[in-house]
Amino acid sequence: MSAHSVAWGENASDWRLPPRGRVGMWCLIGAESGIFTIFVVAYLFYTGKSTTGPQPGDVLHAPIFYTICLLASSVTIHLAVRGIAANRMASFGRWWVATILLGATFLLGTAREWIHLIFDEGLTISTNLFGTTYYSLVGLHAFHVTMGLLALSIVAAFYFSGWLRREHADRLEILSMYWHFVDAVWVVVFTVVYVIGLSR
Amino acid sequence: MSTSSLVLTQAQARPLTLRLHGWVTTVDHKRLGILYILYALVFLLAGGVEATIMRVQLIRPHNDFVSPQVFNRMFTMHGTTMIFFVAMPLVFGFANYLVPLMIGARDMAFPRLNAFSFWMTALGGLFLYFSFLGGDGLYGAGGAPDVGWFAYAPLTAKTFSVGHSTDFWTLSLFSSGIGSIGTAINLIATILCMRCPGMTLGKMPLFVWLNLVMAGLVIPTISPLSAAQLMLLVDRYLGGHFFDTQAGGSAVIWMHFFWIFGHPEVYVLVLPAFAFASEIIPVFSRKAIFGYPVMVVATVAIGFISMSVWAHHMFTVGMSAGANTFFVLSTMAIAVPTGIKIFNWLATMWGGKIRYATPMLFCVGFLFQFLIAGLTGVMLAAAPFDWQLANSYFVVAHFHYVIVGAILFCIFGAFYYWSPKVTGKMLDEMLGKLHFWLFFIGFHLTFDFMHIPGILGMPRRIYTYEPGRGWDVWNLIVSIGVIFQAAGVLVFVGNLIWSCFRGKRAGNDPWDAWTLEWSTSSPPPEYNYAVLPIARSRRPLWDLKHPEDPDWRYE
Repeated sequence: MSAHSVAWGENASDWRLPPRGRVGMWCLIGAESGIFTIFVVAYLFYTGKSTTGPQPGDVLHAPIFYTICLLASSVTIHLAVRGIAANRMASFGRWWVATILLGATFLLGTAREWIHLIFDEGLTISTNLFGTTYYSLVGLHAFHVTMGLLALSIVAAFYFSGWLRREHADRLEILSMYWHFVDAVWVVVFTVVYVIGLSR
Repeated sequence: MSTSSLVLTQAQARPLTLRLHGWVTTVDHKRLGILYILYALVFLLAGGVEATIMRVQLIRPHNDFVSPQVFNRMFTMHGTTMIFFVAMPLVFGFANYLVPLMIGARDMAFPRLNAFSFWMTALGGLFLYFSFLGGDGLYGAGGAPDVGWFAYAPLTAKTFSVGHSTDFWTLSLFSSGIGSIGTAINLIATILCMRCPGMTLGKMPLFVWLNLVMAGLVIPTISPLSAAQLMLLVDRYLGGHFFDTQAGGSAVIWMHFFWIFGHPEVYVLVLPAFAFASEIIPVFSRKAIFGYPVMVVATVAIGFISMSVWAHHMFTVGMSAGANTFFVLSTMAIAVPTGIKIFNWLATMWGGKIRYATPMLFCVGFLFQFLIAGLTGVMLAAAPFDWQLANSYFVVAHFHYVIVGAILFCIFGAFYYWSPKVTGKMLDEMLGKLHFWLFFIGFHLTFDFMHIPGILGMPRRIYTYEPGRGWDVWNLIVSIGVIFQAAGVLVFVGNLIWSCFRGKRAGNDPWDAWTLEWSTSSPPPEYNYAVLPIARSRRPLWDLKHPEDPDWRYE
């Protein structure tokens, strides 16, 4: 027991602090941004410095369709979270599943691009500097998409078993912050790899 | 009081296995704080043994106490151990234990993340020390990592580092890095979201402010290190070329990535040391801290400036004149907010009724030594001076002045100040003073005289040297200092163990202090506070003890 016990003040009920989940997720996004920044800097620094081929211009094609899929998933997850906050569970379920499908389509796009690069073009992570920086930057992003999909699928499992309720809306909103972040990172990666990297 | 002692006797009545199981599965911030600190103390002894081996080797010219290979492993393991597995866990341990108590919270914001972070850090330490056994791998070459604590390329390439020792080093830093980022996230969320009613940002104890800035600095600091470790793993395991100059890669970019982490890391470690001093000095001067708002602003300024000084570690690499000038100026600029802090601590002591108990002795030693460390820092910040002395023992002396003379002294002070709260028993004051004087004398013998062979041209990391270069006597004195430091640390560890069982009972508030942790019992109950406290000023406990003259009238 406290030796000096302290009473609540009159204004204690007015005491408001930021929600910890949101602050925690912002900090995680900050740390992840640091990691991505270093990989992006390495990619830009090493652009055009490969001593052997293939060079980016020879083999890379911008994955426009899959990019649209990933960006669209940001819209669908937003609609899903709005749905659960308004207690429209059916609408939540539809948009949530749509988000998972769009994210999975994006990953499929990355997989097809890698299969093409490895088996048709002969570019692996150890072929040259371009291969090293390309696979690690795009792979790091794909890893984050995979982690996000895993989390989204767990939520979907809870939804279909009927355990998900309206009071979980806050948590899903925090998860959607992560998903938006992964999308935003793709905008940067796309710009670096398929716009700046190809124009040099 | 009676409830907590009842809980304690119940806990002690349980069988040993159950009690150990309780420690392994705990998510309590106080127990995790203690785990961090005990873990760091074990590594402090290991890192100390490694330092001692180096100093024995260098005590006279042409010594052959250890082979050059073993010497390389010793300085690598010493540096890595002391930074990542002593200093970091110590500051995280104290932050973990004290921040929730000081802000009147029940626990950290994410208790399970807290446990995860600790065990990731613990795994990192295991990786590092397992390399002594497993570093040979299938090749029969290697042993512990021997690439230096900043592991410059191409030393870390497969060609030059056969076996798995460098892999263990990388994995160890990567997993402890995840732990550090987790703890930083947790500290920020705790401080921003868990404060007791009335404790606005401007009323938080300076300890909490400094740890908030420290945690905010960990996030942009440790993440580049983790990214660089991932790249090194890609190079070593998947045949990548990030740092492979043969294939167009760059060794210099590793230096940038490492020091973007490496320099803010110094401030990650020194800000918590400032935090200890900012609590201890006012209590033992019997005055409120001088210039609280300025202290906060200076801390935030240090946080920002520290992220733009890293390349002062790289003046000898051959950067452009513009880059050199920028990093000279930014490095010198950081001396300004740091100097402001020293004046604030001095002004806090000025006119106070100073009690020279052991915590205060260590803090006064810190003030004096940190000033000298800062002065040699300003000297090394001048690029031409650095060209002459980079990679010499002058630099080694400079950063040990910061890490030992400032950070470790404050940590020792913190042990004497807060361990009565943790264990409920006072540390012995006479042994404490003996510890202080032994360590103080040893520190100055070792690190004052280490500057001189550096100026005379002795490079760091050499395993031996020729006689007759004027280095012999200085190295002898430096090595003799180690005996005093080791004796001091042994007295300290003995004092910790002895007082745990036989120490004088501390009571709730042995130092007549003013922050909230002293309002609960020692050790605090699992729930910290039976009734949530409220804070109306920066010294809530002063207000309680002096209802006739509370601080909030003046703030």
